[in-house]
Amino acid sequence: MSGRDYDAIVIGAGHNGLTNAAFLAKAGLRVLVVEKNEYIGGATVSRELYDGWKYSNCSYVCSLFRPEIYNALDLGRHGLKVVPLTASMTFTQDGDYFGSYSEPNVRRRELMRHSPRDADAAVRFDADVMRWCRLIRGFLLRTPPDPGSLKPRDIFEFAYLLKKFHELSETQICEFIRFFTMSIAEYLENYFENETILAHYSGGSIIGTGLGVYSPGTAYVLLHHAMGDVDGNVGAWGFARGGMGAVSGAIASSFRALGGEIRTGADVEQILVAGRRATGVRLASGEEIRSGIVVSNLDARRTFTRIMDADDVPPALLERARKFKIRGSSGKLNIALDGMPTFPALPGGSPLTLGHMHFTDTLRRLERAYDDWKDDRWSADPYCDFLVPSQYDPTLAPPGKHMATVFVQYCPVEPEGGWTDEKRAAFGQTVIDQVAEYSPDFRDLILHAEIRTPRELEDEVGLTEGNIFQGELTFDQLLFNRPFPGYAQYRGPVRGMYMCGSSTHPGGGVMGAPGANAAREILRDLRRPDTTPAEYPDD
Amino acid sequence: MNIAREHFRQPLGRTPFHERMVALTTSEHWATWNGYKVPRIVDKLSIEYFAVRSGCAVMDLTPMEKYRIEGRDARAYLDRLVVRDLAKLRPGRVTYVAWCNDEGKLIDDGTLFQLDESRYRLCSQHHQLDWLLMSARGFDVGITVETHDVAALAVQGPTSYSVLSEAGIACLGDLKPFDVTRSDCAGIPLTVSRTGYTGDLGYELWMEPGDAEAVWDAIFAVRGRYDVHAMGLNALEMVRIEAGFVMPGFDFNTAEATVRNDHDRSPYEVGLGWVVNLDKGHFCGRKALAAEKARPPRRRLTKLVVDGNRPVGEAFVYAGRNGKQVGEVRCTTWSPILKANLALADIEFINGKLPEPLWARFDYQRELKWHTAWAECHAQSKPFYVPAHRSLTPPARY
Repeated sequence: MSGRDYDAIVIGAGHNGLTNAAFLAKAGLRVLVVEKNEYIGGATVSRELYDGWKYSNCSYVCSLFRPEIYNALDLGRHGLKVVPLTASMTFTQDGDYFGSYSEPNVRRRELMRHSPRDADAAVRFDADVMRWCRLIRGFLLRTPPDPGSLKPRDIFEFAYLLKKFHELSETQICEFIRFFTMSIAEYLENYFENETILAHYSGGSIIGTGLGVYSPGTAYVLLHHAMGDVDGNVGAWGFARGGMGAVSGAIASSFRALGGEIRTGADVEQILVAGRRATGVRLASGEEIRSGIVVSNLDARRTFTRIMDADDVPPALLERARKFKIRGSSGKLNIALDGMPTFPALPGGSPLTLGHMHFTDTLRRLERAYDDWKDDRWSADPYCDFLVPSQYDPTLAPPGKHMATVFVQYCPVEPEGGWTDEKRAAFGQTVIDQVAEYSPDFRDLILHAEIRTPRELEDEVGLTEGNIFQGELTFDQLLFNRPFPGYAQYRGPVRGMYMCGSSTHPGGGVMGAPGANAAREILRDLRRPDTTPAEYPDD
Repeated sequence: MNIAREHFRQPLGRTPFHERMVALTTSEHWATWNGYKVPRIVDKLSIEYFAVRSGCAVMDLTPMEKYRIEGRDARAYLDRLVVRDLAKLRPGRVTYVAWCNDEGKLIDDGTLFQLDESRYRLCSQHHQLDWLLMSARGFDVGITVETHDVAALAVQGPTSYSVLSEAGIACLGDLKPFDVTRSDCAGIPLTVSRTGYTGDLGYELWMEPGDAEAVWDAIFAVRGRYDVHAMGLNALEMVRIEAGFVMPGFDFNTAEATVRNDHDRSPYEVGLGWVVNLDKGHFCGRKALAAEKARPPRRRLTKLVVDGNRPVGEAFVYAGRNGKQVGEVRCTTWSPILKANLALADIEFINGKLPEPLWARFDYQRELKWHTAWAECHAQSKPFYVPAHRSLTPPARY
C-alpha cells in the first residue's frame, strides 16, 4: 500500500458520506472522511446559533432512514433515538382546521367532520399508497440494474424488478405508471373531494421540488414522504432526539468506533486522477491525500463540474451533470421562542400542535405559491411545514422555552437582482406573518431566527442551488436514471471513483440508502465481504 | 351528523345505548367497532352465548354502517350494484346481498331492507359511502349515511318473540323471517325486522337515537318474567360461526382495502356463490364472475369441524397429515351446543376439488408450555347449527 495514506477517502460528512464510510470501515478499510465545514452532518445537522437553543438547520424530521442501516451500524448504542410524531394538520382560512391524527378512530372522525365520503375514500387511498410503498421499498437497499447490460448481476436485478412488478395485477401496473407520471392534485382528486383534505395531503409532494401541485411527477414525491416508517408504522415520521445532528452524530460515532477518521475544515478542491484511476484528493490548502478509492457525497453536478478535472470526465457525462435537474426551491426558518405559541383555532390540549402544522388550505393557494417561484420570487403565501420539536425533546431549548422549525416552499435560487440580507429578512418576515395569522402571540415570542434561503443551503451545506434532494425526484432522474443513465451503479467515470450522495438511487431524504448501496459496490469491486445490510423482507 | 372539533378528546364514540350498557357491564371488557365503544363481553361469555341459544340476548347494533338509498332509480341502482337478483324483493322484505368491484372481488356484504316503494336501507360491515356514490353515476338516487342517526338493537334467541311481545311490540307473530315492518314499543315508533347474525330466532329494532333508552328499558323491564341478557361481540362471534355466516374483513379481505395482489376474494371463493345471479342483467363484476364460474374452483372458504377439543386458534390446513399445506383457518370457535371445534378455513383446491382428507396443525399452550397438535378436519356444506324454531311463524311462545 505504498503511496497511499488511506484505503478510501469520502468527500463530505453528510449522513450518506458517513454511512458509506462506516460500511467501508466495517469491512476493514482505513477510511478518511473529509468535510469542508468545521462541523459534520451536511444537511443532517444541528447547531447552536443562539445560546441555549439547538436548531436542526436543514433536514428536521426522520422517517426514511433505513432501519436496516440503523441496526447494522448499531446507531441506538451510539445515541440515536427517533421519537414518532403523532399528527399533522392544516389550518383553514375560515378559522377551522383539518387534523390528521394518528389514532385511527379519531383520524376517521376528523375526515368525516370535513367530508363523510372522503373518510370512506381514505380506506382506498391508504391501501393504494401502501401498495406502491411496498413496491418501491423493495428497491431502496439495492443497486439499480443497468437495463442495457448483459452481466449476470444486472440481469438478476432486472429480473427482480420485473418480478416485483409481476406481483401486481395488470390494472395495478397501469395504475403504477399513472402514479409515477401524474400530478399530486390529479392523483388525490381520484379519492378526495374536500378542498382542505386535498391541500393537506398534497403538501408533502411539493417539498423540495421545483414543481407545483399540478405538475406531472409530483404524485411520486408523495411516496417519497410516505414510504418511510418508524418502528414498522409505514408513513410515520419521527424526531431524532437532539435534532437531526444526532443522526449524523451517531453514524460518525459508529464510524469512529470502527476505526474511521474524520477531518473537518478540509475542503476538497480536486479529485486526483492518474492513468484513468482515482489516486486521492487535493485540499484547498494544497495538501494532497492519497487513496485508491475516492467517494463523493457531493451532488452529481458539483462532483463532476467542480471537483473533477474536465479532462477526467467524458464530455457527454459533463454535459449531463451541467444539465442535471437540481433546482433550489426551499427555504427554512429556525426560531428560538420564549414560550409555546398558541393557536386559537385549536381547542386547548389538542395533540395537533405536536406534529406538522400547515397554513395552506387550497390547491389553488399551493399552485399560486409555485407561480411566484417560477417568476423568481419567494411565495407571497408560501407552503410552510411548521413544527415545534422542543415539545418532545428537552435538549433543544431551555425548560419552558421552545424551538420551531419552519420548512418553506417556495423560495427562489436567486430573486431578481440576487439575494441580499434585506431580501432574506423580507422572505423570513413573509413566513413569520403567515404563522402569525394563525398564532397572534407567535411574533412576540421570537427571540432569534435563523433564515435560510437556497443561497445559504448552497454556501454552507454545498447543495447545488440549495436543492434538498441533490436533484429532482422526477421519473427521468430515478432508479437506473439517477443521476444519469449509465452511472446509476455508484461508479464514476474513472476507476476507484464513486458517488454516494442523494443524487444517486434511491434519492433524497435522510435515508442512508445511497451511502450503503455505494459501499456495497465499492466492496464488490475490492472483492471484500459485503458489510451492508439486505433489506428487511416486506412480505 | 355534526361533529365537534373537540371529538379527539374521546377517541371512541358512545352509542345511544352506552349508558345502559355501562350499567350492566361487570367485565369492563370493551372493544372498538366502527369508532364506537362496545362490549366484547358484558358480564360472562357463557351466559351471553346461552342467552342467544336458550333465552334472549340483546346486542347494540348501532355501529353497523347503515345507508339510506332512495329515489326513482333506487331499485335499478341497487340491481346494478349487488350480485344478487332483487326481483323478489318488495316493500316490507329484507334480503342478504354482496357487492363486488369490476374484477369480481368482494367489497362487502350486508342486508338490504326495502322500507317502501322507493326507499331502502343497506347495512354493511365496512365503510361504503365512497363506493356507493361512485356506483351511483347516472342514477336518480339519493345516498345518505344514517349509521349515526339510527339506533339499532339485535334481540335474539328462542324467547326473543315472547320478550318483545311482552315489552309491548305488537304484530310480531305475523312477521316471517326477512320481513320488516313499522311498529311501536310502548308508544315509541320503531322499525322491526326479523333478521339477525346469530342463526337463531331473532329481531332487529331500528329507532331514533332519542328513543333508544326507552326501548331498551321496555325490553329489560321484562326481566323477572323472562331472562334477558345484554350481549357483547365475543358471544356474537361464537354464534355467527355456528350459523356459518362470514365476516368481511376477518374471514376474507375486502377488495378496496387489499394491498397485496390476489389477497382479495370473490363471492364464489367465500361460499357466497348462492347469492350471485349471473342471469339477472348487468351488475358490477358480472363479467369477471361469469369467467370465474366457467373455470374450476381455485379455493373456497370452507366450513370445518376439527376433531378434538383443543383450542384451534390460528392454524394451517394440510392435505393429509404432514401433507401439502393447502390453507389457513380464518376463524374458529368451540361450540358449546355442538360440543365441537368449528372453523372457517380458506382452502386452495387441487385440480378443482377440495383436497381430502384435511388436517389442521396448530399450536396450543398448557401452563405456558407450547405444544403442536394435528387434528383431522371434516368439511361441511351446511351451516353447523340451524335450530328448527328459528323459522317458525308465528314463533313458539314461552
